Amino acid sequence: MPEHTFILNGEQVTVDVEDDVRLLWVLRDVLGVMGPKYGCGVEVCKACASHINGKVFNPCAVRVGDVKPTDRITTIEGLPGTVGKPLHPMQQAWLDRDVAQCGYCQPGQIMTAVAKVRQAKAEGRKITDADLDEIRNICRCGTYNRIREAITAAAERM
Amino acid sequence: MADHRGSPQGMDRRRFLGYVLAAPTLMAAAELGGSAVAPEAAAAIPTLPPPADLFDLNDLLSTAAVPTSALITVQVHSDGTASFALPRAEVGQGVTTSTAMLIAEELGLPVEKIKITLADSRPELLFNQLTAASNTTISTYTPIRVAAAIAKGRLLAAAAIVLGDTVTNLTSKLGVITGGGGKSVTYGELAQRAASTRTEQVSVTLKPRSEFTVIGKPHNRIDALDAVTGRKVFAMDLRIPNALPTMVCRPPTINGKVRSVLNAAAVRAMPGITDVVTISTGVAVRGRTFGQCVDAVRALRVDWGKGTAAGASDASVLRELKAAELPLVVPPLPLLAKTLDAGFTFAFRSNSALEPNCAIADVRRDRAEIWGSLKSPIVAQQAIAAKIGLPQNAVRVHVTEGGGSFGRKLFFDAALEAAEISRTLGKPVKLMWHRTDDFRQGRTHPMCTSRLRATYAAGNVLTFEHRHTSVSTDFGHGLGEIITALAAKLPVGDFTFSQTVFQLTQTMPYNFGVTTQLLNEVNKGFNTGSMRNIYSPDVCCARELFVDQLAAKMGKDPYKFRQEFARDHRARAVLDKVAKVGNWGRAMPAGMAQGIAVHAEYKGFSAALVEIDCRPATVNRKIPSARTGPRVTKVVFAVDAGLAVNPRGLEAQMLGGISDGIALALTSSLHLKDGYFLEGSWDNYFYTRQWNVPKDVEIIVMPPTTGQPGGAGEFGVAASYAAVACAYTRATGTLPTTFPVNHDGPLGFDPLPTVPPIPQSPTDGLRNAF
Ligand code: FES
Ligand code: FES
Repeated sequence: MPEHTFILNGEQVTVDVEDDVRLLWVLRDVLGVMGPKYGCGVEVCKACASHINGKVFNPCAVRVGDVKPTDRITTIEGLPGTVGKPLHPMQQAWLDRDVAQCGYCQPGQIMTAVAKVRQAKAEGRKITDADLDEIRNICRCGTYNRIREAITAAAERM
Repeated sequence: MADHRGSPQGMDRRRFLGYVLAAPTLMAAAELGGSAVAPEAAAAIPTLPPPADLFDLNDLLSTAAVPTSALITVQVHSDGTASFALPRAEVGQGVTTSTAMLIAEELGLPVEKIKITLADSRPELLFNQLTAASNTTISTYTPIRVAAAIAKGRLLAAAAIVLGDTVTNLTSKLGVITGGGGKSVTYGELAQRAASTRTEQVSVTLKPRSEFTVIGKPHNRIDALDAVTGRKVFAMDLRIPNALPTMVCRPPTINGKVRSVLNAAAVRAMPGITDVVTISTGVAVRGRTFGQCVDAVRALRVDWGKGTAAGASDASVLRELKAAELPLVVPPLPLLAKTLDAGFTFAFRSNSALEPNCAIADVRRDRAEIWGSLKSPIVAQQAIAAKIGLPQNAVRVHVTEGGGSFGRKLFFDAALEAAEISRTLGKPVKLMWHRTDDFRQGRTHPMCTSRLRATYAAGNVLTFEHRHTSVSTDFGHGLGEIITALAAKLPVGDFTFSQTVFQLTQTMPYNFGVTTQLLNEVNKGFNTGSMRNIYSPDVCCARELFVDQLAAKMGKDPYKFRQEFARDHRARAVLDKVAKVGNWGRAMPAGMAQGIAVHAEYKGFSAALVEIDCRPATVNRKIPSARTGPRVTKVVFAVDAGLAVNPRGLEAQMLGGISDGIALALTSSLHLKDGYFLEGSWDNYFYTRQWNVPKDVEIIVMPPTTGQPGGAGEFGVAASYAAVACAYTRATGTLPTTFPVNHDGPLGFDPLPTVPPIPQSPTDGLRNAF
């Protein structure tokens, strides 16, 4: 079986698995990293959203063979580590607003939100309602308004 | 509900019985169960209270618990914490948090020190381990506090001995008890001392509401940190040895059966795959990763037999429903009375949560263990035992945290299937349904119709009739046994089973003279269940739209009309609240409008005021692969839940209900064609997404009214759904007759193929990163 090496939450990992297995299953079934959730497997629901080199992506739609040894994959578990704190400001904002209901979508929501704020900042502007409207992550519990409030609050602290 | 229950001289000051159990550290217990509730009178042309006002589904569920002698226990530990195993499911509705609050209140510990776990199935609880109809807090509110109060009493008594003082001299704060002399002792230090070597019955008085410091104050969820760090453990996150990923290749039509598998050996040889086996619902594959299971499912070539809905379509089911509608029979009327008629159709809808159907099963020759988020674990345990041929007590069912329910987790389809696969293979399995299976083969809220007729004269409504006709709803999750067991106690005569549920859930908030509300059901060929409520959201939507029509005919403003005919002051109070806060009647541009609706259920009242934008620029806004359409711009929602144990949690539930209401009114439905549902993805089934979220939402939790908590989990849907429908009607000037309003419009997506039954995962994820 081919070997694949990449950097996961700050540490180099190597897995033995076929090239075309999607990264979501490599994370969950092979490496036991359970933060990214399955909600569709077709890049629609965004429950699996994680970061690659600081950008948000859906590991359900990436072959492990397409991940390079130098690629830095960050899941929700590794997000606090990117700021060197026990919690990322986005996670803290989520707690402040008591956003989660069942919580199943929330790792993906938070990873998407962080990227969305970074994107706006990179463009030298504040996050807008139009930005928030573009977020595709499903929350079947309907926590959407609290998500909007949390993102807006966290953006001030990022 | 009568008001005396919350008053100082009422129930709160009564003494309750409970137990101290023999245990190494202090363990206090109470019997789970509640008492039936007294009716409240009302009056204008008075409508006789429908059965649901006298005795509703929640009373039924609470009454069902009375014959059991099973106990719930609060235990105090030497580390100063207390623990409680809740015999209910937590699926996002916040019952673990509100339960911790109840215990914290009576025990005098911070909420953070109360550890709530979900109890395994406990068959001795009989009917009392069913999480349904938003009943958890209603049925556990008193017993949990009784157990906690008994524990507190024991701690005080033990402290008095340790401190050489009398109980009345002691003060306690946050787990520390201090004597008159200033010496103190902690709960942790007392945990063993306060324990009992034998079980004894004790009586206790609960805190009066005026002394509450925890109940009624907003509290964040106790599992919030786990949720935002990815540490919250759902069924699929468990690591049970050798329980490898497992999926099922499912039929192209609803409930089709396997005739033969043409290439099992070839599929078994695929990378990572360990097993391929035919089961009653399809062909199961087990392998190293779910990704490889997807490949295997897609590679299988299966000859399929017909399903249970062969050839059926939306149109054919609608014909069946129409044919089954019970007649509207208006009684003899004064000469000048006028009649108003209306009819509505509600499409099939998916009650899928974001967590798909899933379960882990480890079935051995002589025993079995099951893990899953299950709202009826006792029934699941019984059904699984029967299916795999083991005695019930050889099957252990562990209830895991659930990623949403909305009706799905009342059933145990995945647990039963996982058990069958594990038994057949003789290996543990971690079974997950593909999302597409969840939409196409999973349970649905049944398609239904509502017909209404009212007569009115001289400013009064004389009669109101409502006939609801539905594809049969499956109640095979334990509600059935409860109703059978208690049938004689119900004030609904000898109705059929579903009719009983209907009668027990349908309240009527208006004085509309002679009122009848009836249900008829047809066709059992579909996999159905409730969806964040059984009948009420559709029934409420139909009724409130009709009320707007009636108000117009009688020349009255929709809000004023509701206020005038409301049967209950609590209904008027929530209406007045949303009308005031939402500035009812404010001028709006053409194509925008307000809508208002009221709903009573779960011993509570709710009202919603909604503003909608149906102007072309909004309706036609473009978002890739999305259903845009009209946008709700504002929602004001008032909820009177009797007593909100956790107002922040209640608000959260209402927020979710609003999101559901918008979806039900405008965007989300399943289209049935040729015996299968066309929807197969979240980009086909248009549940509310950020682009349809109202930017302005205000939820008002009314001050306590009855002093007893009502249900919350499902309560937000009906009024918001109805208010959106009313606002849409007023904005567009056309009364929709099919819901969601876009159901009969262009499909908005290309249906996925049915063979293979699930789509392959894309590979372009890196290109789409941002
Ligand atoms: S599981 Fe990856 S986007 Fe849905
Ligand atoms: S919190 Fe349950 S799906 Fe979002």
